Amino acid sequence: MTLQHYLVISAILFTLGIFAVLTRRNAISILMGIELILNSCNLNFAAFSRFVTPSDDINGQIIAIFGIVLAAAEAAVFLAIILAIYREFGSIRPDEVDTLKG
Amino acid sequence: MEFTLKTFIFYGFALMTVASALLVVTVRNIVHAAFSLMVTLFGVAGLYVFLQADFLAATQVIVYVGGILVLILFGVMMTSGHFEMPRQIKSRIERGQLLLGGVVALALFMLLLTVIANTPAWKNLIDDGTELPPTTEKIGEFILAGEFLLPFEVVSVLLLVALIGAALISRKEVRD
Repeated sequence: MTLQHYLVISAILFTLGIFAVLTRRNAISILMGIELILNSCNLNFAAFSRFVTPSDDINGQIIAIFGIVLAAAEAAVFLAIILAIYREFGSIRPDEVDTLKG
Repeated sequence: MEFTLKTFIFYGFALMTVASALLVVTVRNIVHAAFSLMVTLFGVAGLYVFLQADFLAATQVIVYVGGILVLILFGVMMTSGHFEMPRQIKSRIERGQLLLGGVVALALFMLLLTVIANTPAWKNLIDDGTELPPTTEKIGEFILAGEFLLPFEVVSVLLLVALIGAALISRKEVRD
């Protein structure tokens, strides 16, 4: 396995996540796309930590762990906002949620 | 590179990750998409194991599969009674959106591939198969007694703020 194997997998995940964010018409599907993007980012950190830095240097892995924590916080806030929007509008299609004032 | 059992398993994990990620973005039923996402997350955890990041792989399984995915499923079930998205593409706007999103994503992928293939510093970096000692102890030292102490504290405060904010946003408003 070379670094490029991991980078290509990560690029595929990132692209699919971008595609989901751009085309899906349901807020939860968009959240799944964002999770794919974050995963590809963490995979890149771990891969560079393994291949580029000396092998006893694991800073990249620690950054990836922080990334996972941020993803968890983001998912919690995202779903809270989705619930609030659903209660207000009765729908979680992003293009139907178009008023700021409740 | 000789074709050993290890490379076979690596390609298995890679295929699993990519194929299920493809399902996440194409399948119409949201619950099915969520379960495909679970397979993707497991696949990424397997790739972490290949990168000798054992603690990271365990964290991935616990936090993503055990936490975020359950949260997503709760979100699906609390918001929509119907999980299927409409079968036929309705308007011209939606078709245009699909086309434009596909073009943008494909262009981005080509750009990334070009960069990956042509960066000289990233060539010929082959996994020599040296086995590292388990990383957990070292990560604990770095985070609790090393240079990552401040980021650790900041991120814990951020997590607290985010969770309180989430509870505040999603609770039912009581008007009196």
